[in-house]
Amino acid sequence: MTDLHTNKPADTVTDEDTVWVQEIAFIDSVPRWIAMTFVFVVFIGTWQLVTSLGLVSPIILPTPMETLKDMIFVGTNLLSGGYMLGALWITIKEVIYGFALAIAIGFSLGVLVGETAFGEKAVMPYLVAIDTMPKVAFAPLFVAWLGFGIESKVALAAFIATFPIVVGTAAGLHAADENARMLFKTMGASRMQTLIKMKLPTGLPQIFTGLKIGAVGVMAGAITGEFLGGGKGFGELIRVAASQLNTPRVFSLILYLSLVGLALYLIVQWTQRKVVFWHKERVGAGDY
Amino acid sequence: MNAAIAQEYSGAPTGAPVYELTRVSKTYARNSVVALEDVSLTLRHGSFTSVIGSSGCGKSTLLKIMAGLIPPSKGRVILQSEPVTGPRRDIGMMFQQATLFPWKTAVENIVLPIEIRDGKAAAKNALEKAHELLDIVGLKGFENVYPNELSGGMAQRASICRMLITEPAVLLLDEPFSALDELSRDMMNMELQRICIEQDATAFLVTHSIQEAVILSDDIVVMKPRPGRIAEIVKVDLPRPRTLDMMTTPKFGEIVDHIRGMLDKGEEM
Repeated sequence: MTDLHTNKPADTVTDEDTVWVQEIAFIDSVPRWIAMTFVFVVFIGTWQLVTSLGLVSPIILPTPMETLKDMIFVGTNLLSGGYMLGALWITIKEVIYGFALAIAIGFSLGVLVGETAFGEKAVMPYLVAIDTMPKVAFAPLFVAWLGFGIESKVALAAFIATFPIVVGTAAGLHAADENARMLFKTMGASRMQTLIKMKLPTGLPQIFTGLKIGAVGVMAGAITGEFLGGGKGFGELIRVAASQLNTPRVFSLILYLSLVGLALYLIVQWTQRKVVFWHKERVGAGDY
Repeated sequence: MNAAIAQEYSGAPTGAPVYELTRVSKTYARNSVVALEDVSLTLRHGSFTSVIGSSGCGKSTLLKIMAGLIPPSKGRVILQSEPVTGPRRDIGMMFQQATLFPWKTAVENIVLPIEIRDGKAAAKNALEKAHELLDIVGLKGFENVYPNELSGGMAQRASICRMLITEPAVLLLDEPFSALDELSRDMMNMELQRICIEQDATAFLVTHSIQEAVILSDDIVVMKPRPGRIAEIVKVDLPRPRTLDMMTTPKFGEIVDHIRGMLDKGEEM
């Protein structure tokens, strides 16, 4: 008698037949949070070791404990509505205005370059040329043109963030394949219909990639603007703390600032998941 | 051209001419390549015609001209007694890829041609018909599913519905099932035949598979490359409806061999 499913005499099927089992790599069996905690602990431990052994001057690198204490101080100041909150708010405004401006300009230029032959032929070369320039170097110009207020910082932030959005939008508009284009042609779709109903939705993943890179750039732009153009933002606090050799303060300000950047990035990512629900990202920092 | 064209047979489609091409030529001026030369072809109502030939024989150029996507350099293209001068709603088209849009559900994809031509309100009114079509192709219950969740065969079924929603007079099929595995492909071909008979459709299929062409077609247009032209129009007088069993009959084998012989000759030229 044979077993229908195994094509083997029924009485010989036993567990001992399993002679080769898939091996699972150790890292695959570890949850992400444990792996991340491990790296964190190693990092802090090394930091503690280097500072407590006196390998570097406390002015250059404070101990983790000093930094933590300062973080608590800054955190208390922020939560109690102290002067730091005002500074942080100014920086957040610069980032939001800068990002909004970058999206408006970047998207429009992206459509111009990605959709029209004129844009691709005549405008794109100039965009590439400007993009290769070190954009931070424009900061003194923005200060000269727009003054020491938040306008010059918004301008620099937007300037830096615009280009990835242009590139993302233009690339997105080219993402539709030949079949989709032909299909829309056979349906008698107008150019506007093809753009809005097919090319833009198809390109959304690329557009969001541009937005994410822009979200990182807008933060860098705002802080650089504050470093070089003064004002009353968080960047100014960092600059002052650094000039006073208050290194723990610099560290904790940077950490709080990075939370703002992270929040912006997460907002973009969350929006992407809601809007581009059909597209699974293959490369990314994973699940937060 | 050949005796086969004049040959009479019982299964010949007798409907009125729907699509008429007269001495159609296409030259790509820039490199003076003659893609099509003097192609004359008539599709009768309710008939199924296939075109087969090695690559470079101009069959996709022919299809694009018939679809109104590109103009011919010379010759007349007439569909339902009106010259084709661009994409038209009485032309339905289907491609190798299903090309469903992932942000729309199956049923929203199907009414897309209506949405493009007549607006959102008309598309809404067409939803009921889209449901009926999904039922016809065996996708009942998948109306509100996104294309990511459909298999290749199911996606192609949905794209059949999208082609049929505007009730086209002629179906232009550009290797519609060549991306599917062979089992699904045979099944989809039988499905296609059933739908064509049910809808009384006139179909024109571009294919690389001789078997597929023979099992589906009344007429097979065999093309030769450089310049692309018709070598012979082979009539297939197997009874309808065709079944997959017919693929083992001597008659089927004869026709396949005949076409293969012609295509091999074409390669030498």
